[in-house]
Formats: sequence, structure tokens, C-alpha cells
Amino acid sequence: MHDVIIIGSGPAGLTAAIYTTRANLKTLVVAGGKWGGQLMLTTLVENYPGFSEGIQGPDLMMAMRKQAQRHGAEVVEEDFTEGDFTKKPFVVKTATKSFEGKSVIIATGADTKWLGVPGEKERIGRGVSSCAPCDAPFFRNKKLIVVGGGDSAMEEALVLTRFAEKVTIIHRRDSLRASQILQQRAKNNPKITFLFNTTVEEIQGLEKVTGVKLKNNQTGKITDMPIDGVFVAIGHAPNSRIFQGLEIDEQGYIAVHNHTKTNIEGVFVAGDVHDAKYRQAITAAGFGCAAALEAERWLDSQYDTKN
Amino acid sequence: MADITDRTFEQEVLKSQLPTLVDFWAPWCAPCRIVSPVVEELGEEYEGKAKVVKLNVDDNPDTASRYNVMSIPTLIIFKNGQPVKTIIGAQPKENIRRAIDEAIGS
Repeated sequence: MHDVIIIGSGPAGLTAAIYTTRANLKTLVVAGGKWGGQLMLTTLVENYPGFSEGIQGPDLMMAMRKQAQRHGAEVVEEDFTEGDFTKKPFVVKTATKSFEGKSVIIATGADTKWLGVPGEKERIGRGVSSCAPCDAPFFRNKKLIVVGGGDSAMEEALVLTRFAEKVTIIHRRDSLRASQILQQRAKNNPKITFLFNTTVEEIQGLEKVTGVKLKNNQTGKITDMPIDGVFVAIGHAPNSRIFQGLEIDEQGYIAVHNHTKTNIEGVFVAGDVHDAKYRQAITAAGFGCAAALEAERWLDSQYDTKN
Repeated sequence: MADITDRTFEQEVLKSQLPTLVDFWAPWCAPCRIVSPVVEELGEEYEGKAKVVKLNVDDNPDTASRYNVMSIPTLIIFKNGQPVKTIIGAQPKENIRRAIDEAIGS
């Protein structure tokens, strides 16, 4: 029996684990087969305090994991499959194992939102990607598009210019919502051009991507654009739907009460799975800390002794 | 885990008696660092039944492009000289195990 089971291993989950283990609570992290969260798919993180020159996203996550484990967190590299939060102790299952916990912290974060257009799904890894740092070197001297208008779209495009011949950022609105500093970097890059008021209608190709069908959403005009790769950066969707009995809001995020609590007593939540607003590594880590402190407080109120 | 190159690929993979899983990876690829230890463990587990090797795509671009590897990590299982299963992106160990089992059984 664990005092705390943390589901998720991004900044929220691992920070929570650092706090609960240091509070001498027996802690399990159900980290997932792809542990580490969204930062594993990034390069240089320049806004995480304490790293004046920036730090590679994957290095930051490896350090957080090491820190949690050093304080005694157990880590299981399997995906959460189902949980029973209707009775205590709570039950958390993976494909091959079942665990019992006195409390649970859900920190499952968010995953890439795909376009959902014909031709996309079957070409993921064959020219369709959501991870420029992973796949950019395969597109040396190629022509690419990045879909999206936020920070991650600018970052993806900038990474791709190190290898690609030309990168076109395609955005459905008439202006970007990315931060000014990233917009400027993208606009100043000679390899990057922009297509506004445009959506991708279809991704084409046989073995791999060879083109896209685009629609100008002001004129309705459809054009074909020959292209070697499509990088999707239109945001993330919270990983909330796998949990039964938990209250979810209209946008699909786990409904949060008083910063860290779900509708089920003893089940706490932290990070991008409830946070539609900030979605930063540092805020996720902060939420993880808060959830861990609340879980500790709650356990103290429920149980006389810690074991 | 044995390193395969463009030069040794035919002998070590295509002509292998056992089904062979090739881990296409590169040093700059963070998700590869998640997958490689997992497939290494599977290699030990399946010793005698299947072979597990890795191929650095930076140093061996011919093999990577021949099998249309455009994203890493990619795992391809070869049997009797043919690719029979492809897994793109980091995956839970169970999914990789299932793919190896299917390749052995097919």
C-alpha cells in the first residue's frame, strides 16, 4: 500500500513526488511508457528559473526524476489503464500491475492535438510530426509547413530552419498569438514565411507526405501545395478522459476546487490536466508542489500514523 | 546491444535466422533515450528467440532512408529479410513485447 500514487511524470508529477517523498510518504509514480511529459519533446528551455543559460527539456526531466528517486520515489514505466476511486484504498492499474493508494495525485498533463484531417493519422512518422527537435534532421533541404500560431509553432519552425530549405507557418487566423520575442525571431528568419487565414484540409502522399490541400478561409479558395513534411503545433488536449467518476469541465480539463482538489476526496490534481490557462513547466511544477502539500495534509487528517 | 551499420545491416539483420528488432536512434534524440533501455531489456529477455540491435541514423543514413525512417525512435522488426512490424515513437514496453511476440509467431 502506498501513501500517495502519482499518475504522470512531467514537471507536476515529479515535483509532487519530490515533496511527498521528502514528507516521508511512501510514493509511487506511474510514469507511463513515455515518461517525462511534453518537455521530452523540446530542446532548450529558456524560462525555467535557475538555469541562466537555459536547459535542455529532456535533461531537466531526467534531473527531476533522479531527484524524486533519490528521495525514495518508486517509478513504474507503464501506462495508467484504469483506476477505481469509488472506494478506499484507491486502486490504480497498469497493463500488468495493480496498486493501492491512500491518496492519488493526477498529473497526466496534455498531449498534442492533431489536425484531424484526412491523410494525417496514417502518416504520423512518415512526414507528419509534432516534434521538430525529434524529426528535423530527416528533413534536410526539404520544404515544410508548421501549422499553428502560438509559441510552440514558432519554436518548431525555428528548430526546423536548421535543416529545412523553407518553412511556411500556416495559421487559421490573421495574426499570431505567440509571444513577441518568438514572433520576432520567426519573422526575422529568412527561411520562414507565413500564410494567414489558411487551414489544412487534407494531407497527401503515398509512402510519405508529398503535399497538402489548403483552404483560404476568407475566399474559400482551395490550393494544392507540394510539401515534404507537416509539423502540427495547434496546442494540446488534457489527458483527463481516462478517469471515471472525476468531474471534467466543458473544455475537457479536470475540474479543480481550491487549487488542488478534485470532486473526490483524497484525489488531487496538478498541472496541464487541469490548467488551461498557464501551461508552463514552472507552473506545472508549482501545482505539483501544492498538490503534494495538500495530499500530505489530508493524509495527516485521515490517518494517525504514517507508515 | 549490438550496433549495426549500413555495411553490416544485410548480414546481421536481413540474413539473420532470428526475427530481428532494429532500434533506429540518434544521440540528439531524447525520446530515443527512453526507448533504448527498454528494447535492451527485451533483447536479454528474448535471447535465443529474437535479436535486438540498434542503428545510429546519423552515421548510417542509407539504411534509415531505405526503410523510410523519418522520425525516431522507430523500431522495425525484420523476419526472413523483410520488415514485418514498424513502431514509430516511444511506446510502452508491453506494446513492443506484443510486436515481437507477433513477429515470432507469424
